[in-house]
Amino acid sequence: MMAALHGMAAESTAQLLAGAWLTMQLTALAMLVGTTLAFPLALMRTSRHGWLRAPAYGYVFFFRGTPLLVQIFLVYYGLAQFEAIRDGFLWPVLSEAYWCAIIAFSLNTAAYTAEILRGGMMAVPLGEREAARALGFSRWQEIRLIVLPRAVRQALPAYGNEVILMLKGSALASTITLLELTGVARTLIARTYLAVEFFALAGLIYLLLTLLIVRGVRLLERRWALPGQAIETVPGTRHGDLLA
Amino acid sequence: MKGLIAFLMAAFIAGLLSNARVAYAEPGVPNPLRIGSEGYYPPFNFVDQSGQLKGFDIDIAMALCERLKVECKLLAQDWDGIIPALLAGKYDAIVASMSITDERKKVVSFTDKYYSNKVRFVAAKGGGFDPGKLDGKTIGTQRATIAANWLAKNAGGAKVKLYDKQTDAYLDLAARRLDAIFADGLVLHEWLKTKAGAGFEMVGDAYELDEGIGIAVRKEDNVLRQRLNAALAAMLADGTYATINARYFPFSIY
Amino acid sequence: MLLGFGAQLAAGTLVTVGLAVASLAGGLLLGIAGAAARMSRRRLLRTAAQAYTTAVRGVPELLVILIVYFGASAAVGRVAALFGVTGFFELNPFLAGVAALSLTFGAYAAEVLRGAFLAVPPGQTEAAYSLGLTRARVFSHVLLPQVWRTALPGLGNLFLVLLKDTSLVSVVGLDEIMRKSALAVSYTQQPFTFYLAAAFIYLAMTAVSMAGIQVLERRAARGMEWSG
Repeated sequence: MMAALHGMAAESTAQLLAGAWLTMQLTALAMLVGTTLAFPLALMRTSRHGWLRAPAYGYVFFFRGTPLLVQIFLVYYGLAQFEAIRDGFLWPVLSEAYWCAIIAFSLNTAAYTAEILRGGMMAVPLGEREAARALGFSRWQEIRLIVLPRAVRQALPAYGNEVILMLKGSALASTITLLELTGVARTLIARTYLAVEFFALAGLIYLLLTLLIVRGVRLLERRWALPGQAIETVPGTRHGDLLA
Repeated sequence: MKGLIAFLMAAFIAGLLSNARVAYAEPGVPNPLRIGSEGYYPPFNFVDQSGQLKGFDIDIAMALCERLKVECKLLAQDWDGIIPALLAGKYDAIVASMSITDERKKVVSFTDKYYSNKVRFVAAKGGGFDPGKLDGKTIGTQRATIAANWLAKNAGGAKVKLYDKQTDAYLDLAARRLDAIFADGLVLHEWLKTKAGAGFEMVGDAYELDEGIGIAVRKEDNVLRQRLNAALAAMLADGTYATINARYFPFSIY
Repeated sequence: MLLGFGAQLAAGTLVTVGLAVASLAGGLLLGIAGAAARMSRRRLLRTAAQAYTTAVRGVPELLVILIVYFGASAAVGRVAALFGVTGFFELNPFLAGVAALSLTFGAYAAEVLRGAFLAVPPGQTEAAYSLGLTRARVFSHVLLPQVWRTALPGLGNLFLVLLKDTSLVSVVGLDEIMRKSALAVSYTQQPFTFYLAAAFIYLAMTAVSMAGIQVLERRAARGMEWSG
C-alpha cells in the first residue's frame, strides 16, 4: 500500500514537471513570436498614415477586447470547421493543438505588447527625436536608433508583467487537449478526485515560475537602466494607456 | 464616497445572502434533490435551444424524483469535476451516464445500473483503422472516463488525446485530427446518425469495461442510495423505464 | 437567429454582466482593504496583504476559480464544524465566480489604489490632521476623492480584464456567454459560428465599458469638488 502510494507520488511528480516544462515552452515561444509581431504593429499604430493605423487599431481592439479562451477555441475548433482550411497548406500546422495554442497566444500577446511598446515610444522625449532629425537622420534611422532602444527600456517593467500574464494565460491550453501544467493537474484529479489538492499544487508551481520571471526582469532592468531613469513598475495595468 | 463604499458592501452581502444557503445533511432523501449532470453527451444529457438539460439521463432523474415525491434540482457540471463536486456537496447524486467501476467505488457509492453500455472505436469508413494496431495512431477520448483508463493501460504506443467534452472529440474526428474515437457505443451510435458522422463507422469489437451505468451518491448517503434503487426497480417493473427508453432508442439499453 | 440559440446567448450575456458587476463590487472592497493593509503601520497586515497580492497575481485565474469552487465549500464546512454546524455550505457557480474574480480584481486593484494613495502629497494629510480631522475622516474626505481620480484609469483597465475573465467561470458550470456558446457548439457542431458570436458580444461589452469609463474619467477630472 505504502509502496503503491510512493510510486503514484513519484509518477504524479514526473507528470507535473513534464507539464510545467510544456507550460514554459508555450509561454516562451508565444512571447518570442508575439513580441516579433508587436514591433511592426506598434509602428503601424504610431504611423502618420491612417491606412496603416486603422488595421493595427482593429487588430489590437479585437485581441484585447475578447477573452483568450474564445480566441483559442476559434483557432483550434473554429477554423477546422471549414473544408478549405482542412484542405489548405496550413493544415499540417493548424491540425496540431500545440501550434494552435502558440498561434492563439502569440496573436493575443502581440496586441498587448504592441500597446506596451507604443506607450514606451510615446514616452521618448520629443527633444531627442528632434535632435536626431537635426543630425540628418532619416525617419527610419530615427526610429531604429533613437526611439526603439529607448522605448524598449521604458517598456521593460510592463513587458515583464505581460510575460507573467502569458504564463498564466497558457493554462487555457488545457482546454484544447494539451497536457501542460493545468492539463496534467486535471488528468491527475480524474484519477485521484483530489481536486483542490492538485489545483493548489499546480498553482504553487505557477507562482514559483512567476517569481522566477520577476527576478529575471529585475536583472534586465538593472542592466539596461539609463542613468537617472526611475524604474517604477505599475502592476495590473495590462491595458497600458487604453487605446487612447 | 463613504456612501458608495457602504452601498457596494451592502450590495455584495445581499448577493451573498440571496445565493448562499446551508444545506444540512439529513438521513434520507433531501428535498429538493440536487442532481448533477453534464450537458455535452447526447442523447443522454445535452442542452438544446431551450437552454434546459435534456436527454435520457435527465428523463430518468425526473422520473426518479417524481417517484420519490421530491423536487428535482438539476445542476450542470463539467465532466472531469463531476465526482469532486459531488464530494464537495454541490449536489446529492450524479445522473450523467457514469460507469460503475471499482476505482470509482473507492470514493462514491453507486445505485444498481440503469443502463448497460459497451465501449467502441469509431473511425473513417474504409480508412483501414485496426483496433489491434494502435501504435502511432491518434486516438481521442474523454478525460476521466473508463475509455481513457483503458487507453492509458492498453494503448501505450498510441497518442491519446483527452477531451473535456465528448462532443469536442467529434469535432476533431470530423476535422481528421484523430484517427479514431474510443467511447461509449450508444453515444457514438447517436453521432453516426448525424450529418457530421456520416463518413464514419464503428470498427472492431465492443469492450465491456464496467458494471453498467449507475447513479453515484456520496458513501454516507446509504439511505438515498437504497431509495433510488427501490424507485428504479419500480420504474422497470411498471413500464416507466421502457417508455423513456423508447424515446431515445428503438431497442432496450437496460 | 444563430440556429435558434440567439436567446440563449442573450441570456448568457445577462449572466456575464451580472457576474462582472458583482465581482467589481467585491473586488473594489478587497482592493481598498488590500491597499489600506499594504500601507498599514502594522507589520502583520502589511505582510498578509503582500502575500495576498503576490499569490493571486502569480496563479492563473482559471485555477483560482477552480480552487475556490471546489475548495471553499470544504473550508467553510470545516469552520462551521468548529461551531457545531455540520452539513454542506453550498457555493454555487455564480458565487464561486464572484468570489474568485473579486479576489483577482482586488489583488491588482490594491496595487493601483496604493499607487494612487502614494500620489497624494503628504502635506495634504498633515494639513487635515492639523485641522483636527480624525483618521477616518481624513481617509474618506481628503484621500479617497483624489485617489479615485488618479486610480480610475487603472481600475478601468482592470474592469476590462475582469470582463474577459468572466469567461473562465464557464468551467464550473455557470451559464454565462462562454458556456452557452459551448453548449450550442456541442449541439450544432458549428464551433466557428458560436465562438465568433461570443467574440462579438465581448467586443460590444468592451466598447460599452470603455465609453462608460471615459465618462467617469471626465467627470472625475471635472473641477476638484469633494464628492462623498
